[in-house]
Amino acid sequence: MDLTTSYLGLKLKNPIMPGASPLVDHLDNVKRLEDSGAAAIVMHSLFEEQITREQLAEFAHTENPAESFSEATSYFPQMEDYALGPDRYLEHIARIKQAVDIPVIGSLNGVSLGGWTDHAKLIQQAGADALELNVYYVATDPDEPGNAVEQRTLDILQTVKDSVTIPVAVKLSPFFSSPGHFAKQLDALGAAGLVLFNRFYQPDIDIEELEAAHRLDLSNSTELRLRLRWAAILHGHLKADIALGGGVHTVEDIIKAIMCGANAVQVVSCLLKYGPSHIGGLINGLRHWLEDHEYESVDQMRGSMSLKNCPDPSVFERANYLRVLQLWKV
Amino acid sequence: MGTLDANEAVASVAYRLNEFFAIYPITPSSPMAEFADEWSAAGKKNLWGAVPSVVEMQSEGGAAGALHGALQAGSLSASFTASQGLLLMIPNMYKIAGELTPFCLHVTARALATHALSIFGDHSDVMACRQTGFAMLCGGSVQEAQDTAVISQMVTLKSRVPFLHFFDGFRTSHEVSKISLLSDDDLRSLIDDSGIAAHRDRALTPDAPKIRGTAQNPDAFFQAREGCNPFYQELPRLVKEAMDAFAARTGRTYQPFDYEGAPDADRVIVIMGSGAEAAGETVGWLNENGRKTGIVKVRLYRPFSVEDFAAALPKSVKSIAVLDRTKEPGALGEPLYLDVVAALRQAETLGLLKDTQAIKVIGGRYGLGSKEFTPAMVKAVFDELSKSSPKPVFTVGINDDVTGLSLEYDPEFEVVPPGMKQAVFFGLGSDGTVGANKNSIKIIGEGTENYAQGYFVYDSKKAGAMTVSHLRFGPTPIRSTYLIRQAEFVACHRFDLLHQMDVLSYVKPGGIFLLNSPGDPHEAWSRLPREIQEQIILKNLAFYAIDASTVARNVGMAGRINTIMQTCYFAISGVLPKDEAIAAIKYAIKKTYGKRGEAVVQKNYEAVDSTLENLVRIDYPDAPNSTHRLHPIVPENAPDFVQRVTALMLAGKGDQLPVSAFPVDGTWPTGTTKWEKRNIAEEIPVWETDLCIQCNKCAMVCPHAAIRPKIYQPELLAGAPATFKSTDFKVREYAGMKYTLQVAAEDCTGCQLCVEVCPAKDKANPSRKALNMAPQIPLRETERENFDFFLKLPDPDRAMLKDDVKTTQFMRPLFEFSGACAGCGETPYLKLLTQMFGDRLLIANATGCSSIYGGNLPTTPYTTNECGRGPAWANSLFEDNAEFGLGFRASIDQSKSFAEILLQGQAALLGDDLVSSMLAADQTEETGIEAQRERVIALRKALAGQNSLEARTLSKIADYLVKKSVWIVGGDGWAYDIGFGGLDHVIASGRNVNILVLDTEVYSNTGGQQSKSTPLGAVAKFSMAGKAVPKKDLGLIAASYGTVYVARVSLGAKDGHTVSVFREAESYDGPSLIIAYSHCVAHGYSLSQGLEQQKRAVNCGYWPLFRYDPRRADKGENPMKLDSAAPKGTLAEFTKNETRFQMLARINPERSAMLQEMAAESVKERFALYQQMAATKEQAAETSTPNA
Repeated sequence: MDLTTSYLGLKLKNPIMPGASPLVDHLDNVKRLEDSGAAAIVMHSLFEEQITREQLAEFAHTENPAESFSEATSYFPQMEDYALGPDRYLEHIARIKQAVDIPVIGSLNGVSLGGWTDHAKLIQQAGADALELNVYYVATDPDEPGNAVEQRTLDILQTVKDSVTIPVAVKLSPFFSSPGHFAKQLDALGAAGLVLFNRFYQPDIDIEELEAAHRLDLSNSTELRLRLRWAAILHGHLKADIALGGGVHTVEDIIKAIMCGANAVQVVSCLLKYGPSHIGGLINGLRHWLEDHEYESVDQMRGSMSLKNCPDPSVFERANYLRVLQLWKV
Repeated sequence: MGTLDANEAVASVAYRLNEFFAIYPITPSSPMAEFADEWSAAGKKNLWGAVPSVVEMQSEGGAAGALHGALQAGSLSASFTASQGLLLMIPNMYKIAGELTPFCLHVTARALATHALSIFGDHSDVMACRQTGFAMLCGGSVQEAQDTAVISQMVTLKSRVPFLHFFDGFRTSHEVSKISLLSDDDLRSLIDDSGIAAHRDRALTPDAPKIRGTAQNPDAFFQAREGCNPFYQELPRLVKEAMDAFAARTGRTYQPFDYEGAPDADRVIVIMGSGAEAAGETVGWLNENGRKTGIVKVRLYRPFSVEDFAAALPKSVKSIAVLDRTKEPGALGEPLYLDVVAALRQAETLGLLKDTQAIKVIGGRYGLGSKEFTPAMVKAVFDELSKSSPKPVFTVGINDDVTGLSLEYDPEFEVVPPGMKQAVFFGLGSDGTVGANKNSIKIIGEGTENYAQGYFVYDSKKAGAMTVSHLRFGPTPIRSTYLIRQAEFVACHRFDLLHQMDVLSYVKPGGIFLLNSPGDPHEAWSRLPREIQEQIILKNLAFYAIDASTVARNVGMAGRINTIMQTCYFAISGVLPKDEAIAAIKYAIKKTYGKRGEAVVQKNYEAVDSTLENLVRIDYPDAPNSTHRLHPIVPENAPDFVQRVTALMLAGKGDQLPVSAFPVDGTWPTGTTKWEKRNIAEEIPVWETDLCIQCNKCAMVCPHAAIRPKIYQPELLAGAPATFKSTDFKVREYAGMKYTLQVAAEDCTGCQLCVEVCPAKDKANPSRKALNMAPQIPLRETERENFDFFLKLPDPDRAMLKDDVKTTQFMRPLFEFSGACAGCGETPYLKLLTQMFGDRLLIANATGCSSIYGGNLPTTPYTTNECGRGPAWANSLFEDNAEFGLGFRASIDQSKSFAEILLQGQAALLGDDLVSSMLAADQTEETGIEAQRERVIALRKALAGQNSLEARTLSKIADYLVKKSVWIVGGDGWAYDIGFGGLDHVIASGRNVNILVLDTEVYSNTGGQQSKSTPLGAVAKFSMAGKAVPKKDLGLIAASYGTVYVARVSLGAKDGHTVSVFREAESYDGPSLIIAYSHCVAHGYSLSQGLEQQKRAVNCGYWPLFRYDPRRADKGENPMKLDSAAPKGTLAEFTKNETRFQMLARINPERSAMLQEMAAESVKERFALYQQMAATKEQAAETSTPNA
């Protein structure tokens, strides 16, 4: 059975890769993922904002009390080898590259154009085979127009494309008024792939403490449907590859994703739940299903259920909404 | 050439020439040990390609023992110390010298604690080692300190005599100076390998066994002791040889005694240390102006070579003044003076000098505790020598109006070498002024042909600390070892400092004044107080202003104005061409902060780039036009002593106070911080009466007693200021009473702990709490009035107050407005202690943070209540605090017993009722204590007029019949390390003392060195790779006696528990030990989050709360009670927020992960052990109890 697929110009042995997550923080896990058959490794995101904030905070915490008092001109030892910010991340990419044979995809979330370009270059230098731009952005400013958000993302892509030679994917959020049009613009700028979609960790409310509470919920398969719809809509309209992430848990999920046009899927929650070896089970399951259903390859079914090819494309359109609402009628 | 301080220069020599260091932190030598440790951790090699090892010991005594052992076993070993630390090494110094062991001990000479502790420089400590058999070699400048370090090492290896190499604490150790550095090749060419080989040959080894350290009897000891004489006789020659070899290599010449001055001088000063630099500078000026003066600089002080001394002394000398930087009360003179007198006598006997009887020799003290020693004082000494009857014994640099020993000097006299430029910067510690100025010195030193010098004066307070940087540069080596008095350039980095210090007195007429002025800099003139305007006009200053705080804030570096002000300095002063200066500043930023991350570097670059467009030269009128004036240093209603003495010290004019102004024995009035209105908070909490639930948690956690609640009758509100806030007290038993929560706006440090702990939120807008921070300046005047009114409201009756969090906070804190860091984790415990027991409290305080914020002048925080009672506080030493406190207890108990005996003896006079009620008084509660105080009043009344010795004595000591509470307070450095032996002995004594360990898990006061309390996985100085063993379980050790009340508390996690523990510990008639979690700046996070972090520490099981109360065992119960719930969450949830843990993750993530895993395991195991202790003993008690 030919499970190979092409994603961001990379030849992958199968369409399943772990998505950006802390799973890859430990080299042991990375090796386990490869052993289980992962087609590529996607690094967790390098957050420029977080690095900047951490550097400035740590600077303030260690420097402000220093040089104030005769007996203690500092409170911490002076470290010769102090790796702050991207250094650790970049070293980790290099280590992973040495440890595995599968492609390694860096992931970056910047806040400044300088941060995007500098860090993108460093990620390439560290040996990444491709780069995923994680444009996680919550438009909290009501005065900010939607086209400004889109334009900024386009600018970022252009800037990063200009500064690196490796393929660049863009991981999007679903909150664009016309995702198809926007995807085409990214495609035109040379995005090698689009990752649909970022999961927003919505804050919860602590009603006792009157505080917004951080909460991490793992995804489930129902979340995939949003991604399936947009993959199905976009399939055939873009040169860029499509990867789906957020809700891919089962073999069936993977099959649906490919049928809707995905070149690859990214899995996180199920790996966090069941461990890295789970990826092996998914691959086997996919192979068996394809064999049982007499497919020859993954490529054969790609896009079969897209808006273009689907026997009833209206399910992906507004008509579906009306129909679903009708289902609730008693 | 390099630009660095003597600590770094000397440490570099010592590190490269040795293999093993045993160290212990002590100011001002700690940086040398820290350098050695950092280099060792970084794998830096010594001259022979090995990485020296560094071991931190539990005390200097321990370090000396380890060094002695390492030397015996053949290693090249060295160490660094000062002051009390040096004293603790003395026993081993005798041994090391007696065994003729090559060794160099590098000492930053520092005062010894006598009437007071002083961290500053003089020769008291080294002079206390004259008798040990160590050779003593002194360096008087940064250059000399480096050079004499290697000369010491050269000679000790050759001579076998160990060396005490010393230089002046702070003045030399901390002075940044441009010097010629010694390369590895220099060292290699100077060190004789045969001496090293011989040292190794003498090593103890079973391969060629020998024995040392025998006990000798009268038949042998004396002769054997004399056997070392040839080594000492030979030593001066070897020193000279080494100095000659050094000169041949480097071109810098030294002699055991160096003479400088006129070859035909008639007047000569003999002096040692940094003072010789100022003296040499002055001699040059005097001789250029027709005088014939000279100085003999003592370098090799022991052995004292009469031949070399005689050779150095000009034959023309008629009178000599010997200056000692130490004091020996009762001696004929100070040591150097006596040595010189004896040397002259011996020189005559030996035929080296003639007619020495005709030479007048006088001796004087100068510079104790880093007192300034200036050319004016040197000139005064020479002037004295010119007199026909000079004072045989004198002091210089002070005004001794008591014994008249001091010499008068002209404070205006200055010797400024041609071409020297001087600048003074007044800044805050937290704004980074000192760091930037250290960089400026390096920029000038390394970027120009100029020599450069920087010296930095720090505050005695930690929160809102002021720093004064003194920078000099010029074409010749700088020998001015004293502060700048008149500078061409003066910068004031915080506007409010104008009110505290006479900043403009430091600037020369026609000089430049740069001010960080909040608001539009063009309006800076109008904001100046009139007196400042007058001085600017009078001195015709070029006045520049910038709103550096806003510039810093705009680039995202709020509060860090250092690089902005530095850029202004270079731009205005023209030391370097502007572009070159900016490039150099940026290079320095990259070099200094590069390791801290690119964002830090970029933000600093942005700050530099936004500076010049915001810098404004201010044109000003010919006459002052300001309507406001400088604030008085202390309020007008301050007591006389505060007005006369404290106020001058606060204004930086303490040097002007005469001897008579000071207490003779170190006894000072308490409660003086309240007169020092520091106004350091930019924002203060503002109380919202409608939201407040009156829990008083804010007051409980306030480190500075700057927010206080009070309840009172409503009629007392009459006459309240218009903005004074009040609301109904919401407790049923107190219906009708009013409640106020008042902020001491001028004393608050703005730490925000009160706001963070406040649980009351506006339901419609939860971002608004019952306390919210607001800018201080607009509130300052009204809140001052409000706080004054608040203080005048009467305190509630203590007898009515319960021991819970809420009501303890109505008790007046008798520890207020200390100089502790903003957000300090220690001081809330001390405040609570004074609230609960302050009026009968004695505190023995170990040296450390708590002794500094507790007892560092000019003002001290322990204060009194309305009856004049309050904590009596004393600090003895670092190592002996438990024993010191035990002495308090023993003495009080003795006095009480004696009073009881006398009381019984006076029964006939007093009546049995009074006597028996006094003897049997139940003083477990406030009411009982108050009743006993009433009885003491009655007793004194009854005894009045009685003339018998017994009656008079009883009246004198009757207060001892009222219960006293003895508390022994200190940090973990004391309790876990240096004082542990004593602490252990004291808790084993069974005496009724309470020990409060303020556990920051690190030596906080000396800058974050590891102690045995430092947790596994944390990075600290001397534990750079992360501590690999868990912290000592001091509580468990103490509990193992079974007779000690032990508790571990965390105010941030469970304040009610802390209150209960304090009460239980105090009530236990035996030793108690409380280990109190104290967050600290050395943990590396914003202390406003300290309480949350304490909660995390307890929740994850890192800091389990428990009480071990032996009284429970007496009742057949399990004495161990675990007061923490089973751990929730992971250790990482606690450690991830603190730099001390995260630092390792950045340097060595694998090791960090491993240590964190071990730490998590250790936390689990310890919790399980506590659970087991709490449970199994209970079960055991149940099974052993009859009828159970």
